[in-house]
Amino acid sequence: MGAPDAATSPSPAATASRPTFEIEGLSIDYATELGVLHAVRGVSLSVREHESFGLVGESGSGKSTLAMGAIRYLAQNGRVTDGSVRLNGVELLGLSRKDLRALWGSSIGVVYQSPLSALNPSIVIGKQLAEVARQHLGMDKPAALARVVEMLTKVAMPDSEAVMKRYPHQLSGGMLQRCVIAMALMTDPSLLIMDEPTTALDVTTQALVLDLVADLKRDFDSAILYITHDLGVITKICDRVGVMYAGEFMEQAALHELFKRPLHPYTLDLLGCVPHFDPTPVKRSLVTIPGSIPRVDELPPGCIFAPRCTYMEAACAAARPPLSEVADAHLSACRRWQDVPTPVEHLRVATEAVRDAQTACARPEVLVDASGTQVHFKTAGGMLSGRKGRTIRAVDGVDLDVCVGQTLGVVGESGSGKTTVARAIIGLTPATGGAITLRGKPLPRSTGRRPRATLKEIQMVFQNPDASLNPTRSVGDAISRPLVLLGGLRRQAAAERAKELLTAVSLPVSYFERLPHELSGGEKQRVAIARAFAAEPGLILCDEPISSLDVSVQGSLMNLLMKLQVEKQTSYVFISHDLSAVQHLSDAIAVVYLGRVMEVGDATKVLTPPFHPYTEALLSAVPLADPDVKQKPIRLSGSVPSAMDVPPGCRFHPRCPRCLGDLCRQQEPPWREGEGDHRISCHIALDELARLQAETLVLEREETV
Amino acid sequence: MVRFILRRLGFMAMTVILASIIIFWATTVLPGDLASQILGRFATQQAKDSFRKELGLDRPVVTQYGAWLGDWVQGDWGESASTNTAVRPIVFERLRNSLMLAAVAFVMYVPLGILLGLIAALRKNTWIDQTISVGSLAFIGLPEFVSGLILISIFAIELKWLPSQSAIAPDSTFIEALPYLILPAITVALTSLAYVVRMTRSSTVDVLQMDYVRTANLKGLSPSRVLFTHVLRNSLLPTITVVAIGIGWLIGGLIVTEAVYGYPGIGRLLLFAIQRRDLQLIQATALLIVLIYVVANLVADILYAVLNPRIRYQ
Amino acid sequence: MVEPHVTDELFDTALMDEEAVKGFMDPGPRQRPKTWRIYWRRLRKRPAALVGTIVFCFFLFLAVFGPWIAPYDYQEQEAKHRLGTPTLSHPFGNDQFGRDILSRVIVGTRNIFLLGGFGTLVAVIIGTAIGLASGYVGGITDEVVMRLLDVLLSFPSLLLALVLLSTVGPSNLNIVLVVAILYIPMVARVVRSMVLDLKNKEFVEAARVRGEKRSYILFREILPNSLPPLLVEASMRFSYSIFLVASLGFLGLGVQPPSPDWGLQINEARNFFTLAPWVLLFPACTIAVLVISTNLMSDGLRQVMLPGGGRN
Repeated sequence: MGAPDAATSPSPAATASRPTFEIEGLSIDYATELGVLHAVRGVSLSVREHESFGLVGESGSGKSTLAMGAIRYLAQNGRVTDGSVRLNGVELLGLSRKDLRALWGSSIGVVYQSPLSALNPSIVIGKQLAEVARQHLGMDKPAALARVVEMLTKVAMPDSEAVMKRYPHQLSGGMLQRCVIAMALMTDPSLLIMDEPTTALDVTTQALVLDLVADLKRDFDSAILYITHDLGVITKICDRVGVMYAGEFMEQAALHELFKRPLHPYTLDLLGCVPHFDPTPVKRSLVTIPGSIPRVDELPPGCIFAPRCTYMEAACAAARPPLSEVADAHLSACRRWQDVPTPVEHLRVATEAVRDAQTACARPEVLVDASGTQVHFKTAGGMLSGRKGRTIRAVDGVDLDVCVGQTLGVVGESGSGKTTVARAIIGLTPATGGAITLRGKPLPRSTGRRPRATLKEIQMVFQNPDASLNPTRSVGDAISRPLVLLGGLRRQAAAERAKELLTAVSLPVSYFERLPHELSGGEKQRVAIARAFAAEPGLILCDEPISSLDVSVQGSLMNLLMKLQVEKQTSYVFISHDLSAVQHLSDAIAVVYLGRVMEVGDATKVLTPPFHPYTEALLSAVPLADPDVKQKPIRLSGSVPSAMDVPPGCRFHPRCPRCLGDLCRQQEPPWREGEGDHRISCHIALDELARLQAETLVLEREETV
Repeated sequence: MVRFILRRLGFMAMTVILASIIIFWATTVLPGDLASQILGRFATQQAKDSFRKELGLDRPVVTQYGAWLGDWVQGDWGESASTNTAVRPIVFERLRNSLMLAAVAFVMYVPLGILLGLIAALRKNTWIDQTISVGSLAFIGLPEFVSGLILISIFAIELKWLPSQSAIAPDSTFIEALPYLILPAITVALTSLAYVVRMTRSSTVDVLQMDYVRTANLKGLSPSRVLFTHVLRNSLLPTITVVAIGIGWLIGGLIVTEAVYGYPGIGRLLLFAIQRRDLQLIQATALLIVLIYVVANLVADILYAVLNPRIRYQ
Repeated sequence: MVEPHVTDELFDTALMDEEAVKGFMDPGPRQRPKTWRIYWRRLRKRPAALVGTIVFCFFLFLAVFGPWIAPYDYQEQEAKHRLGTPTLSHPFGNDQFGRDILSRVIVGTRNIFLLGGFGTLVAVIIGTAIGLASGYVGGITDEVVMRLLDVLLSFPSLLLALVLLSTVGPSNLNIVLVVAILYIPMVARVVRSMVLDLKNKEFVEAARVRGEKRSYILFREILPNSLPPLLVEASMRFSYSIFLVASLGFLGLGVQPPSPDWGLQINEARNFFTLAPWVLLFPACTIAVLVISTNLMSDGLRQVMLPGGGRN
């Protein structure tokens, strides 16, 4: 299998029981400005052929370093200081670079996060992929190109011949990732490393790629090392899972074991940080892990997780417990593994009910009402280029209600226009059509035209915490400014109030003087939240506020948002592509596609059948952190059309698995009313939909108390 | 693609026209009344009037400008007051000389600059890189008269290897002129070298950090293949732009170097014209130099668009 | 064609370095040093930049205190010392009029700094204003303004300076104005590109969302964050202005005699080069040293303040 290794391969009989890829006691150091960092310490794992090992961890866990270090592709200041790495029995750590290059690309294939940047923008796809075949399989040009076509077909690439002649920037993210996967598997490698391959993709595209990987796992012999921070994705493809924290393994176990009966408090906490897909009438908080991830140069003596652990004892801080096999093929680095409760128990102990889910509000309670909102952009035609200007219909007639004290979740993928709707409501991107009212009074379209009193009412938390705060202003300044400008407070009073807000978002008062670069991502986002609340608004728009943060930090921020909502009775519009998070926080949900609302209503109604076909596809695509969930694979073909070329009739029809034909292609679908304020925009009648979709999402779960 | 080129051509024309307005204004309007300056302040009104009429200075400014520009475009560049010959032949002769100097300098600094820049990038943060980087920094902005005079003092006066002045006969052939071209070319090349080295180094460093270089390495390709097929293709693109723009400067911008060496190029012609207040000569020469500059920029833009697939296939 | 032997070692030094470690450096609750300390620490590690900065400061000192430090009056002619060789009492020798070259060079520093400095200062102020306004307003106004600035950039700088100065005469004021006019476009470009970049950042949008006035956003949100590239550009412009002023002096179209302009000194010195090369070499080397150190300092500033990007 694959190209011959530099050394002789062991005989077939011996390999049968030996894992393909073994890492033993590996330690990796980085030399930096601030000294030597022991990024990875004494780590071991093994993967067999046909097996997929999921490597899970948050930032600073060392998961990527481990994988790259194991195949000896480290940065200039990285060094492997100890241990052994064996591929098919051959030790990798002593090999010369020449020998490594013989292995890279032939026995080892790598797929990583951003497919567009992983491919050379100046060379056509076909040639780049053919390079692998020519280098390692000794093929000449025509044979190599033929092999490329063969591989592209295997990864279900439509129209492979045409794709070969394209440049990377001409293809979509999903297609590019298939190309990269095809390239990695071309030589039938013994080891395939995949480092967050779907993180940059839309949910529905991600589902297709995950399906592909699952299929390829069957067809190829490779051992797969799959690295991710997303617990849901792990359940789709991995057989075994290892959880890393600050450079060490905390636990390793079979997939089902790890999720159902974890034996380490960190794993337990992580599982509890992820919102469970469970539309119940009571909203619960998520597990919060106190403290933050330690820097690898400031590790505590004893168990590195101990300072944050719910089950810590004095003995835990004394000596570092080794990773040992405590049950069948189940390793844990916790001395108290026997006392670790089940996930259900842990949830009961570590979380609490926060508030009741609210249903649709009565008319007078509506805070913001958007009807027929349109945001159209004209592209410059340009006299000199002779092209006519086209219209980008980013938001094409959207109706939304936000009620006092409630959360409206807006969910959609890229190109849906969800962010643009929010920007229209807040006035950053003025609407070009439709009307928006605030407490019944019409709202001027752009921020420039709104009076102070109105500006005060609507505030926003943005997506990118690093860009949300002015790098040259201190934290205290950032929070005080809206207090002075919109709240009319004087300097002193504003500073006092700002400190109170810092406490309300669980940040120490001493942060008042700090500059943003002295804060972590999660802390910056808390400051942004404090700043948004400073003006005491009635509505806060949250535009993907947690997407770029670690899982545990996401959980604690969602808790914070819920807590503040209860205290101040503020409404939220929570925009995200992450259906789990939306479902966790929202009372009402709107599903948006290509500038239109497809479905809207109470959260419980939207997430149970009948669904709009798009909602259905989303629900079946979202990877849930539960191996027992059965999701029917409803997949969408193609990709989101451009907002310049909106399909006629029902705009979802080109991709809809339930398209009825001409009716959907030519006529706009009507609104179908369900119970309460639940509405679906579809040609198929509700009871028909309910019948067809009964099995889309089946949750088998133990009862939570 | 064609539209792109047409657009650029349009902008180029606009730029040249606006530049010509500035030149015209600076030479004709700004100095004030030419009659007073040439005839003296105490000349009679009548004398001034007839002087002006003779030179067409009594027409409105815009007309004068239009006439001048029209003539220039058609190739009529007037007569030089200081030499009493037609302007155009002189300018073209000098232009030829400048082109020869530009060619020699080009050959000197482009290959060497790219090579040094690549080495510096591949050996980033080592002493080689430090030397090359600091060295190039030192030469940027070093006035040519300083480097030129130092070169003359070493190679021409001390070592007597090369001539110290390059006042060749205006109609010399290339071979005849060659020994006189070497020192000026080196002087010019030193500054341009620095730019090319820095640009190459910085864009190569950027490219080496890119994910696709990692992919290329992890495909097991040989280092030379990674470098030549994957890295250079992308990292040389900005350098090509810098070089193309540099050609514009090589031809039209070497005023100081030509002055130091006494080389009869177009820069020296301009200086000569300015010292003698020869309006026709100043205007024609300045506009030609601007045109060369702008065309060089245009070529750089088009080259970049053609070689960069992201722009070629929008 | 035989492919040259490129070894793996070539790539070892070229792989990503500190950026890769970012994931481990998330500060958490511990405090990181303040901005100035970070800059100072980085500068200390770059000896070339540090040297450049120190030398530059030395010249700055000379520019300010020059006339008091110079051992002789720069205009004082001592006939018996004409073209005198460098001695202890006249370390740089004497020029053709017997004037002390060291003093002339020292006083000339002030000359260059004033002309180049003021020119750069004016260019920076006006260029920043234009860049801020044009970048923030955007649209047609921005396009038009940029095209106009591009026209100015389409002239080789020396050419424009010559053409302008030849007509209005080379007084000090005119030189400062010409320097300013020449460099406004580049400064405006740099500032505009920063504005375009920052305009869409979330913290600027947050300012709009709380109803800040345009002037506040420009001066309190955008400008402070544009300072690092602006500072770098300003110091590079200053370096070029030295080049320009000296070149103008050399060509005879800059500052006029008896001013101790370095370019002028060099031009005058050409005539006696074989007799007394030091008359030319000392000013020449001084220019060289100042230019080199200013360049090193600018690049040092760039590396220190803009470590991630800001190339060229």
